[in-house]
Amino acid sequence: MTARALAQAVRTGARRAGDVLEEHLARVAELEPRLHAFNLVTEEQARGAAAAVDAAVDAGRDPGPLAGVPVALKDNFCTRGIPTTCSSRILEGWRPPYDATVVTRLRAAGAVIVGKTNLDEFAMGSSTENSAFGPSRNPHDPARVPGGSSGGSAVAVAAGFAPIGFGSDTGGSIRQPAALCGVVGVKPTYGAVSRYGLVAFASSLDQIGPLAVDVTDAAIALETVWGHDPLDSTSITQPLEPVVASLDRGVDDLRVGVVTELTEMEGIAPEVQASVQRAAEALSEAGAKVDSVSVPSTIYGLSAYYLIAPAEASSNLARYDGVRYGLRTDGDDVAAMNASTRDAGFGAEVKRRIMLGTYALSAGYYDAYYGRAQRVRTLIIRDFSRAYERFDVLLSPTAPTVAFELGAKTADPLAMYLSDVCTIPTNLAGHCAISVPYGTGAHGLPIGVQVLAPALGEATMFRVARALELSLQ
Amino acid sequence: MSDGSPRLTRADVQHVARLARLALTEQELDEFTEQLAVILDHANDVAALAIDDVPPTAHPLPLLNVFRDDVPRATLDRDEVLASAPDVVDMKFRVPKILGERA
Repeated sequence: MTARALAQAVRTGARRAGDVLEEHLARVAELEPRLHAFNLVTEEQARGAAAAVDAAVDAGRDPGPLAGVPVALKDNFCTRGIPTTCSSRILEGWRPPYDATVVTRLRAAGAVIVGKTNLDEFAMGSSTENSAFGPSRNPHDPARVPGGSSGGSAVAVAAGFAPIGFGSDTGGSIRQPAALCGVVGVKPTYGAVSRYGLVAFASSLDQIGPLAVDVTDAAIALETVWGHDPLDSTSITQPLEPVVASLDRGVDDLRVGVVTELTEMEGIAPEVQASVQRAAEALSEAGAKVDSVSVPSTIYGLSAYYLIAPAEASSNLARYDGVRYGLRTDGDDVAAMNASTRDAGFGAEVKRRIMLGTYALSAGYYDAYYGRAQRVRTLIIRDFSRAYERFDVLLSPTAPTVAFELGAKTADPLAMYLSDVCTIPTNLAGHCAISVPYGTGAHGLPIGVQVLAPALGEATMFRVARALELSLQ
Repeated sequence: MSDGSPRLTRADVQHVARLARLALTEQELDEFTEQLAVILDHANDVAALAIDDVPPTAHPLPLLNVFRDDVPRATLDRDEVLASAPDVVDMKFRVPKILGERA
């Protein structure tokens, strides 16, 4: 059932939020042992929230647009008094003293938060295997990964634990797991959704967004949480064009460019290319003007990203020093305590990225690595601008392949990084993009197609996503 | 780095680990030396581009200082903050001795 149908039933008194919650918790109890979507199921708080929604309905008050809708939150969103781990040992025992703005807004809209979902430690990864608490598993085949880093939220939505999940996307961490799990995932424009209370990974790239069972639910979820927040200095102040109202306007006035580099590069599976091709044809049949377009510098996105993101991470993660929160292990002096705490608390991938970032920023290498990556970022933005002179949206694969087996890429970091090759350019540019399930590949595994749009282009992006969804019905 | 630059060495990795305050094990030093070299080799396609005249982008938005009115508002609850600290004394974070400090 969709989130909007549940909310409608609860708001009109046709269904009780408490009953809706118990149904979802029963599903969690049945399937969670096999899938491991959650680090923590917040049953008690959820029951309290559902009871408050029902009390509001009983009193004749409107509990809000997401009344009684179960929502799964990635475990890097701060929740006051509720453990927030980022799937890392280093935050052991930490209970945030405040809520993320997104959490506050979801609660105000009547949503019922059912739990904190598993992720690659500090959102660094593409399979959810980098979690200190063990991997999540793909509901379509539990021997395969759900993607990452927001793998737990994608699993929660795909498995019916909650119709809406929230994640964070630094280089594809919402869209790639959405594609691998067969759900919709949105990376909004940089600054569109407040990041207050999102544990920082790479601050010039991080953005919060929804995962949902369909495009309309994703649009509703996004509208619920976005908009300026004075608590986030990177939150944009200009008004955002609503997305829900224009969803069904069609695409016959739109120009769609299929990005040659991202669709034809080495490593993109033929079945994924076929899905993009079918999506392009469907949009053409729906009246859009479809053509291919070259965005040449996107092929350098991965290299630039793996210098920029680790550089920013090495700075952001300096705060985990064993002093103010989380884990501390012994050391004779402060420096030794810091170093032993960080070695004990961080997993291999986080250490790898801190090392990579520290190296890229260190004396003698800054210009060669970080500085050049920033120039490539400019090139990518320029190339996108040129493409958007001729096209309203762009089309590409979301991920190069369908879900791969657990363990397939854990020994080869670079192979894992390539999972994000199609999603990274959007983050570097600060633009928005959405992944829509479009067909299946080998073993019936889902494939996602990505619709990209320029900054603040969400309304058009959603119209195209909705048209793709309709073409499958 | 340009072509022909020396590959990352174990000593480089040891140096960076010190900068990053990571007490890596011998095994981690070996693994990271290998893995980081592979990743940096891949990054070298960026290093080889002729882009010296392209300005760098640090951030997708034009960054301006953000000011707010100087109005008092609630801050985090001190006890709640300290409750998650590893070691607290007299409402302060306690740490081991600072290097060079007298006992």
